[in-house]
Amino acid sequence: MSESGDSDASWIFYKDRPDWSDVTPIPEDDGPAPVVVIAHSEKFEDVYDYFRAILKTNEKSERALLLTKDAVEFNPANYTVWQYRRDLLQALGTDLKTELEYVEAVIKQSPKNYQVWHHRRVLIEWLQDPSLELEVTGDALQQDPKNYHAWQHRQWAIKTFGLFDKEMDFVDTLINEDVRNNSAWNQRYFVMNNHLGWSDYNVQKEICYALEKIKFVKNNESAWNYLRGVLLHDKRGISGNAVVTSFCEELYKNKCRSPYLLAFIIDICEENLKKGETSCIYNSERAIDLCQALATKYDKIRSKYWNYFSEKIKALQNIKTVEQNNMEE
Amino acid sequence: MSFKTKDVVLSEDRPKTLLLQKHSDFLASYGVNKDDYEYCMTEYLRMSGIYWSLTAMELMDQSSRMPKEEIIAFISSCQDSESGGLSASNGHDPHMLYTLSAVQVLAMYDRLDAIDTEGVVRFVTSMQQEDGSFIGDKWGEVDTRFSFCAVMCLSLLHRLDAINVSKAVDFVLSCMNFDGGFGSKPGSESHAGLIYCCVGTLSICKRMDALKCDELAWWLCERQLPSGGLNGRPEKLPDLCYSWWVMSSLSMLNRIHWVDKKNLEQYILACQDAETGGFSDRPGDITDPFHTLFGLAGLSLLGNSSIKRVNPTYCMPQETIDRLKLEPQILYV
Repeated sequence: MSESGDSDASWIFYKDRPDWSDVTPIPEDDGPAPVVVIAHSEKFEDVYDYFRAILKTNEKSERALLLTKDAVEFNPANYTVWQYRRDLLQALGTDLKTELEYVEAVIKQSPKNYQVWHHRRVLIEWLQDPSLELEVTGDALQQDPKNYHAWQHRQWAIKTFGLFDKEMDFVDTLINEDVRNNSAWNQRYFVMNNHLGWSDYNVQKEICYALEKIKFVKNNESAWNYLRGVLLHDKRGISGNAVVTSFCEELYKNKCRSPYLLAFIIDICEENLKKGETSCIYNSERAIDLCQALATKYDKIRSKYWNYFSEKIKALQNIKTVEQNNMEE
Repeated sequence: MSFKTKDVVLSEDRPKTLLLQKHSDFLASYGVNKDDYEYCMTEYLRMSGIYWSLTAMELMDQSSRMPKEEIIAFISSCQDSESGGLSASNGHDPHMLYTLSAVQVLAMYDRLDAIDTEGVVRFVTSMQQEDGSFIGDKWGEVDTRFSFCAVMCLSLLHRLDAINVSKAVDFVLSCMNFDGGFGSKPGSESHAGLIYCCVGTLSICKRMDALKCDELAWWLCERQLPSGGLNGRPEKLPDLCYSWWVMSSLSMLNRIHWVDKKNLEQYILACQDAETGGFSDRPGDITDPFHTLFGLAGLSLLGNSSIKRVNPTYCMPQETIDRLKLEPQILYV
């Protein structure tokens, strides 16, 4: 949002422009006061009075195109202005490459605006040329690595035009810069899921990648979540991969008490319990102890959750015991 | 590289009690001040602005301070007779977001007769795509937000039958991520605001059974930071509006007790401005009607008895939902 023109002494109001003298401006009809009173700066009001006028007469002209630029500058979130601008682009047969440069500049100013990104997407669809999209979204993500709009646009371009080739390198760079960047981890999953696939080899490779990053920063929600995501594709479940279990036990032995580690061990115990494959280290007693430790010491803010989980394990244990007894009878 | 948790620290002199009168004054005078730059810049979302203010006022039992008849007349004037949809303000294009806001406001006023509801049904129905998803306007931006707008809007009109509900549900479920959360499109990162939209859609369509309930609820609880506030994604700052999006989702999942309510309440109260009234995203920032609604609605979910009960699915007073005989699904496991 920029109050453009205010600092610009050379700004001429539309009402004072000779080439606009044939147009009668339409002031805001905002209904009765006070709910919908719109208070404007004078320039804002002037631009939008004339915008409403061309909208009403459906004027398709170069000056109208220029006017929408001013309207956008005063408020890039006004979706009606963008929509009208697209009507104009089509009607006037404007060079869309120039429009792409323009929208890139607006994106730089308002990177978190729905309308600008959507405008760009429509242009790319019209042009069927995604050659700049990885760079433009890459620049936006350099500014803000979690910009949801930029990620959406990037995923759309990659999926629509098959631009997967170098995406994993891009993801690696972002994760190396900030290992807790959840958006980058999500993108990693996106590439695996839509492009590289979950072969046994890839599953193992991604597990090793996640473990390496967890070793680096143990209390990293994103990396732990990714590990769980990868293990959804491991037929042996979360408890059956020896690399993962020995990694966890090693961390535990070395006094790591990250809530994510403890939660993971609890889940291994639960899975084994469900399968009826409990062992001396993965059983209900250990799960309950860990829930208690989390509730009272390592993750007190979520104590209610851990108490709930502890009860869930106890109930599961009871069912299993009954089943066992029935079988023995 | 910083390893510190992104969070805020609540200062000792923060507001610790609920300043209801201040908030009512804030909303009643919002927009009356003609020099308010912020207000004019929000023309393009005026319809939602009315919904935020009116709902907040309703929850405080102060809605008589809003100019009812003028609001209703304004809403009527924003309906596009051709498409049937409503726009944010006069002269704007119809859009799902504002069509929903308009229907919510009229439902609260029990004045749905003020617009052509068949037109609304026509508009919403025309936005559904082959894959079950919804676009927001004729230009075709697909987003799970619009799925939620569509089913909420139609359910308020008792016309869910007008769309393909099972396809709508399938699309939302295709946006479920490996962490149990949801994003805006298939593959998009989990985000608490979009989780609310997706869980809300399933609640209205009575398909809560399709969720990975415990996993999702755990992800949502993980959003709570030491300050008590909630963020919308891992490693982001807390923001008051997430206290609504996370807590309403947890309420629909029947797991609201998993967060530390006392800490969260402290955070919400700290987001009040004791001078101007209203709530802001974080303590000390400028207040607005959007955060004011979500602050009050969040406190209502936490059980604050000086605020009316809010419905977690619709973000409207429970009494309105009861009057319309709507029963959005809540999980009971």
